[in-house]
Amino acid sequence: MKNLLEVDIKVPNQTKYLRLIGQIGEDVAGALQKFNDSDPEELAYHINLVLTEAMANAIKHANKNDPNKDVHISINLTDDQLWIRVYDQGQGFDISSADMQTPDPELDHGRGVFLIRSLMDSVKYRRCEKGNVLEMYKSLRTTHSNYSEE
Amino acid sequence: MIVTSKDFDKAVVMSIEEERLDAHNSNELKSQLMNLFEEGKANIVIDLQNVRFIDSSGLGALVSGFKNAGSREGNVKLCGLQKQVKSMFELTRLHRVFEIFPTEEEALASF
Repeated sequence: MKNLLEVDIKVPNQTKYLRLIGQIGEDVAGALQKFNDSDPEELAYHINLVLTEAMANAIKHANKNDPNKDVHISINLTDDQLWIRVYDQGQGFDISSADMQTPDPELDHGRGVFLIRSLMDSVKYRRCEKGNVLEMYKSLRTTHSNYSEE
Repeated sequence: MIVTSKDFDKAVVMSIEEERLDAHNSNELKSQLMNLFEEGKANIVIDLQNVRFIDSSGLGALVSGFKNAGSREGNVKLCGLQKQVKSMFELTRLHRVFEIFPTEEEALASF
């Protein structure tokens, strides 16, 4: 399995950096187009959204908007797998209550984890050395892939 | 957040002049809507044609406005949704909550 791309970035715990991280996600999606036949615009949007939601959760719920903390994001792309890990420095938050059911459309909150779960194949939240990591995985295997091993 | 508002007989059209509606600026959208409600304007069309990206906070701010308008016997309707933005409304079933129109004119005509 070739490691095509690895991005590691640490940003201050502020929502103004969501745009930057989302844009990096869109650029990674651009790299994926070479071997994946999904709709380029849709894939770029989905990766942008997953990163935005995960990072906003880390900033607000785990790091409690503390400006002295950081969020560390790692994106790992191989020929058939996308891993996104978002590390916080907080006490963690409960993602188990947000299951796969569509959130009540009348509620004005609580759609973030649902969106991540809808767009990724697996989502885990676990403790790590300095806090917690939200680990998200998506398989990039497609039945009509035009990518071939060199 | 940059928004422009135009008053019409039946409703106010609020255009979001931002490419992203996310956790960084969604609270500002909530406040802008509250300002209109406090001026007694409860029928609002939100034009999203410039919005290329919306996250759960942006959707939440729109739902909050929708509920506030409803409690004032008004309504919040949407127009100009780009393809990917519209798909977020479908994924979260919010396309069944909001009345969504292709254009500002059609949205205004529905009041």
